[in-house]
Amino acid sequence: MFRGRMWKLAIYLFLLGFIINLLGIVSHVVVSAFAKRWFGKPLPPAFTTDWFTYAWTNFELGHVLFITLFIALSVVFIALAIGFPAAYILARRNFNAKPILLLLYFLPLLIPQMTYGIPLATTLYKFGVGGTVAGVILAVLVPMVPLAVFILLPFFEQISLNLEWSASMLGANRMQIFRRVLLPLMIPGILTAGLLVLVNTISNFELAFLMAGGGSQTLVVALYYNVFAGGVRPVYSIDAMAVIYMCMVLSVLLVALRFVRPTQMVFKLDRS
Amino acid sequence: MARARTDERSELDWLAIFCLAPSALYVIAMFVYPFMFGVYSSLQPLKGDAWSLKNYIAFFTDPYQYTTIKTTFMLALPTTIVVVSVALFLAYGMRRGIWLERTITTLLVLPISLGVIFLSEGILGFYGTNGWLNQMLLGAGLLQEPLELTHNFIGVILSLFMQNFPFCFLMLLGYISGIDPSLESSARMLGAGPWTVFRRVMFPLIAPGLIIAFALVFVMSFAVFPSAVMVGQPAGSTRTISIAAYQQAFEQYDMSYASAIAVIMGMCQLAALIVIILVRRRMTISTTMGAGKR
Repeated sequence: MFRGRMWKLAIYLFLLGFIINLLGIVSHVVVSAFAKRWFGKPLPPAFTTDWFTYAWTNFELGHVLFITLFIALSVVFIALAIGFPAAYILARRNFNAKPILLLLYFLPLLIPQMTYGIPLATTLYKFGVGGTVAGVILAVLVPMVPLAVFILLPFFEQISLNLEWSASMLGANRMQIFRRVLLPLMIPGILTAGLLVLVNTISNFELAFLMAGGGSQTLVVALYYNVFAGGVRPVYSIDAMAVIYMCMVLSVLLVALRFVRPTQMVFKLDRS
Repeated sequence: MARARTDERSELDWLAIFCLAPSALYVIAMFVYPFMFGVYSSLQPLKGDAWSLKNYIAFFTDPYQYTTIKTTFMLALPTTIVVVSVALFLAYGMRRGIWLERTITTLLVLPISLGVIFLSEGILGFYGTNGWLNQMLLGAGLLQEPLELTHNFIGVILSLFMQNFPFCFLMLLGYISGIDPSLESSARMLGAGPWTVFRRVMFPLIAPGLIIAFALVFVMSFAVFPSAVMVGQPAGSTRTISIAAYQQAFEQYDMSYASAIAVIMGMCQLAALIVIILVRRRMTISTTMGAGKR
């Protein structure tokens, strides 16, 4: 009994330590974004919101935010549009090539983006779309289409095939079954997939970075370039930009967590 | 059996092909084709004759380049071992659920969703020489000099841990809580102590998932790029193989050489995966999943 308690205590202490460090990391950025000047003190002597206006004008954040949202929403739309029918067939049918097809969808999620991003960038630059907004969308879709497929798949599996049979027996054609039966039942799945693809696209760095040109930087890529160029810009203004990015991610994440459990946001091990 | 097979195959009709084609073709065109093209162009160096292994020879004869493999291994392997063992310890302890579990898991999703750029920026501030951690340790009188935790090897390890630990932990938690709890109760009823239960009953059941988690974390750490640049020393001790590939592609504009490095990086990851899968083959695969807590 005593050893069991010690065990539990150790787990809590470790998690507490990790979470304190994590919150420290996040709140350090937030505090720094509001600091007038901050050097070697636990808290800055004076607070200001000037860095947000500074960041907004100097980093052209209006444009960057617009590009980010445009890319993210296009990716969500396309990933759902082509992932939805594929997930339906994968959930409903059995065919010989299915394991190969599942592997094909699984590989872009398994292989790190940096590994296939460089050949992909080479290819896209060769076809003249590298560095453009279209190039970023095309590249980010590579892992996002499979992600949408794998999120939608279990939702389709939960819908009984009997519903489709009943509808077709009552005279509904394929289009009607889709619109009146499948689509309403799939709304939770579409929302989950859409939100997770959205949050992953906003925070996707590697592919967006390799494909981005001057006018097609997403927020996180712009953030990287400014941290990288450190010293040129005041660190407070970079942190202000990071806070804007954080708010964007957190707002999507908060909505997403109403639909999914945290353990569902990572790979499911028992599938592979 | 044979009959069932032919029935299954006949189900791939025009509707199925029409539904599958867009996404399958997309992945083939944007993932498989660039990969092939990368291998092809890596064998055709910028200057010189067609079809040669010049890029690969250049990589493996230049110490500045081939040491990146060692650097990357030295970063990825220790991090993966620590991440996976800590995550296993915690996830196993939490398999029955604990107080505030939802809050804790939600907080752990934060670093995964915020991404490595935001985390690295925070790590630079929090663990920096003027950061809160050093201020605290100095203030408590534990240190005379501030710890150097960023812009070096340790910084990258910290950032990899912050990024990969929650990921691995949530994966294992989902896996372990899916194991049928009655197996454990039976073992306990038959007189096995906690350690015996873990070693003889639970660990063999966890092992297949654990190995996949190890593979995923290792492969992800092996491709580390942004944090090696931001919180590491990209010109020195943390020059990883992805930095080498990036520099060839976007600083030297030698896409052929860059593709060769990307192929080598892919091969290293593939080799690691094959070793891990071979280890997994030797373990018994459990069929007792899915009955536990969901």
